[in-house]
Amino acid sequence: MSRQIKYFEAIREALDFSLSNQPNAFIMGLGATDPKGVFGTTLGLQKKYGKERVMDMPTSENGMTGVAVGAAMMGMRPIMVHQRVDFILLAMDQIVNNAAKWHYMSAGGKKIPLVIRLVIGRGWGQGAQHSQCLHSWFTHVPGLKVVMPSSPYDAKGLLIASIEDNNPVIFLEHRWLHNTFGDVPEESYRVPLGRARIAKAGSDISIIASSHMVIEALDVAQQLSKQNISAEVVDLRTLRPLDEEAILESVAKTGHVMVLDPSWKFGGFSGEVVSLIVEKGWKSLKSAPARIALADCPIPTSQAISTQCYPNKIEMTRVACEMLKEPFDEIELINTASGVPHDVPDSNFRGPF
Amino acid sequence: MNSSQQLTMYQEMLRIRLVEEQIANAYAQNEMRCPIHLSIGQEATAVGACAALDKTDYIMSNHRSHGHYLAKGGDLKRMIAELYGKATGCTNGKGGSMHLIDESCGFLGAAPIVGGTVPIATGVAFSIKMKMHREVVISFIGDAVVEEGVFHESLNFAELKKLPIIYVCENNLYSVNSPMEVRQPSTRQIRDLAKGHGVKVLWGDGNDVEQVWNLTRKAVAYARSGKGPIFLELATYRWLEHCGPNYDNHIGYRTEAEFKRWKKKCPIGQYEKFLQKNRVLSSSQIKVMKREIGNEINKSFAFAKKSPFPEESTFNKHVYAN
Repeated sequence: MSRQIKYFEAIREALDFSLSNQPNAFIMGLGATDPKGVFGTTLGLQKKYGKERVMDMPTSENGMTGVAVGAAMMGMRPIMVHQRVDFILLAMDQIVNNAAKWHYMSAGGKKIPLVIRLVIGRGWGQGAQHSQCLHSWFTHVPGLKVVMPSSPYDAKGLLIASIEDNNPVIFLEHRWLHNTFGDVPEESYRVPLGRARIAKAGSDISIIASSHMVIEALDVAQQLSKQNISAEVVDLRTLRPLDEEAILESVAKTGHVMVLDPSWKFGGFSGEVVSLIVEKGWKSLKSAPARIALADCPIPTSQAISTQCYPNKIEMTRVACEMLKEPFDEIELINTASGVPHDVPDSNFRGPF
Repeated sequence: MNSSQQLTMYQEMLRIRLVEEQIANAYAQNEMRCPIHLSIGQEATAVGACAALDKTDYIMSNHRSHGHYLAKGGDLKRMIAELYGKATGCTNGKGGSMHLIDESCGFLGAAPIVGGTVPIATGVAFSIKMKMHREVVISFIGDAVVEEGVFHESLNFAELKKLPIIYVCENNLYSVNSPMEVRQPSTRQIRDLAKGHGVKVLWGDGNDVEQVWNLTRKAVAYARSGKGPIFLELATYRWLEHCGPNYDNHIGYRTEAEFKRWKKKCPIGQYEKFLQKNRVLSSSQIKVMKREIGNEINKSFAFAKKSPFPEESTFNKHVYAN
């Protein structure tokens, strides 16, 4: 039976189910057992499954990732979590050199069923080292899978599927999604890795997005509909493996495409999507693809200037209108904006993080 | 230790030496097309340490791993074939010399990123502890590993969780061509770092195979009894260049005199003298051993050379597991 729960609760349900269903699964992360339980996602799990299966850990990102690789190699299913993706840079050696390659180097002899949950920060003065989106770093590496769910339903289904996957999976949760609501079945289910979803069907322009950008894309699509522009929103869900077919099918239908990326444009994942469309869907294109991404600089802390950095809906709407040669009324848009400050996901959000 | 064990250890050291000498000889033919890091001069650490393990125990290693692989019971044919990039190699040509992996003998793998396998070996020990099994793990490391952060992260965790792992540090004084004095302060020993993590330490002469065996036996007993990790520092010396088949005393980063001092402490030569003096080993036995090992080596190289290369289509197999 389905009911409305929050994204973080959906994550917790996926972890709960996986611990009960997979005897070799265990959770480790700094703060995984503390009273806050990684934004509520691990709350109560230690009590239910014991200290051996839900554990806190030393502040040793690289070493503990290696420990997880070693345990996974021996048949365990570690689920590691960090409260910000920025910390995982300390563990790139173990992820890229070992986790991603051990199955290959052992000629298929060993599997590394490892999930690393990472939280992407945004707004509220997160600053240069707590608001990076580094998904493209991982998508670059064969041997890794990269998952970025946008809804509570997908969060639960994709996390269960990721934990059951026999490969290292980087599972990115946007902090601004943790408190979003959505329909989630009580029972367990899997959302397969590598399949995108049409979050909203449309015929005039394809907006390709993942994670929190899907929420923004849906808002923009709604705005565009007021001008009788029918936008299709493609939620990638998994960046590697990438559902190329879904992207190309959508662009074949609309001929116009805008890619939203919560990270930087240069060398980033939005370029990968556009390359795919140009290489394999060139004939579908009626206009040059556009990318909306983070400003090309580190994110400053002050709310007075961070407003210049994050991709914003007015810009997205303008770009879409220009692409379709439709009129664009910025004043009208600003007047109808929600009034929620740019550095919080909603007006109820309070700090610190 | 009885005389048959002594002869086995001698024979295993001799085998590793002769295998690596043949690798060095044949390397110029350009058929082994991967970097090789030979352990000539360091055979006692591999043989003494692995002799203290059970078959079901595990080891992980680094770029200089041929000796560890053979001492743990690795298959010589599969190792040489791997160096030749053949389908019959222990990882079907995917790994080469720097990535020997062979679970059938408990050799869980090697990697050339300094310290890279240390946390993995620690994770293997963690899984053993979680499953309440009785195996122990040896993580073979060099002196430079203690300069890596991941070493300290691993020891901290191993001691925290009392994991059944033995870190065997083969201190051969050089990281590539950089001597200890440019890398580490002289005011402390390597083993002091392990002590700082609360890890029990042992140390000794890495060129004395019986001493290595004795120390490792103690370490294994300690780790297996659930008391936690243990760190074993062994002094030894690499005779050849860091990577490749040649001597390199002439290039200037170390002196000929230093090399000669260590060569006098050859682990095989010393042990040979000791065993002969104690009438455990005779000259004729040595001859027989050398002949038998030579035959095995010839067969292994012939096997490797005549083995097929992997099918071209396998280049992108095993990127992802099913």
